[in-house]
Amino acid sequence: MDSASSDLPRRRPLRSSAADGVKIVIVGGFGVGKTTMVRSVSEIRPLSTEEVMTQAGAGVDHNVGAPEKTTTTVAFDFGRISLDERMILYLFGAPGQERFWFLWDQLFAGTLGVVVLVDTRRLADSWYAIDRLEHHGTPFIVARNRFEPLAHDLGDVRSALDLSAGVPLVDCDARRRESAKEVLIALVDHLHTLSAAREASP
Amino acid sequence: MNPRDVADEDPDRLYTVTGGRSRADGHGLDLVTLIVSESAPAAGSQSEHVRILRICRDPTSVVELSSELALPVSVVKILLTDLIDTGRASARHPSSAGDPLPDTEFLRKVLVGLRKL
Repeated sequence: MDSASSDLPRRRPLRSSAADGVKIVIVGGFGVGKTTMVRSVSEIRPLSTEEVMTQAGAGVDHNVGAPEKTTTTVAFDFGRISLDERMILYLFGAPGQERFWFLWDQLFAGTLGVVVLVDTRRLADSWYAIDRLEHHGTPFIVARNRFEPLAHDLGDVRSALDLSAGVPLVDCDARRRESAKEVLIALVDHLHTLSAAREASP
Repeated sequence: MNPRDVADEDPDRLYTVTGGRSRADGHGLDLVTLIVSESAPAAGSQSEHVRILRICRDPTSVVELSSELALPVSVVKILLTDLIDTGRASARHPSSAGDPLPDTEFLRKVLVGLRKL
């Protein structure tokens, strides 16, 4: 399933000049290809980690270690791209399910933008994520990861997701580096357009 | 490492590692804040602090430390707060963290970097 990247290093130190971390999040349902896309463009083998939050005691400084405490735990994958001497882009693969959004602000505040990766056989998996992103006002694009055979054209996908005209929708093959790269460029192009519009109307 | 390592972590160990604290608000650490060691580990330091200072001889993000140490992000932030408070490590914060939509100049640099991939 993977392309040529199984030989990626697990640890590869950043340059000493690295100073500015940037976040892009890839959101999607289980098995849609988030980690595959991260792997396709990352300079390190994708890593995973977790964050925990005490459900009842959020913001209260007590009982973090109490075994009876209810906690929300979410796991996520990530990879890394050194953009230049200073800027390092981190790509996060995040599950779109409901409980994950408890931790969205804690983990992904300040995210540049989001790619919602969809599988047309399971479009309903993306509705919740798209709704949350619109609610948060987080800029995003939608990328359809192609699984053969193609049953719908992109117009059908746009209608099914009830996407507004301003949200870019692209096709991709998450296994291919060039294709995954084009998705990221499409997202940042979209952000650039939004930012230029804001600068033009003070 | 496997993320299950964290989920299965003995809560008592997490409690010990953090000295019982559950919040780290002091330095506004982000997942992608880069941490750099400012000194070698002192003799007798807590083992997690020693590991962090070794790894951060090269700039290392909070999220990579979390993965490397197999500890939840919030626990790593607490450990880092100790190190930063005592001057043993420093933080390079993301320039775009406060702004949901950076200016076009910043985004242009991101595009240039992506196109070179």
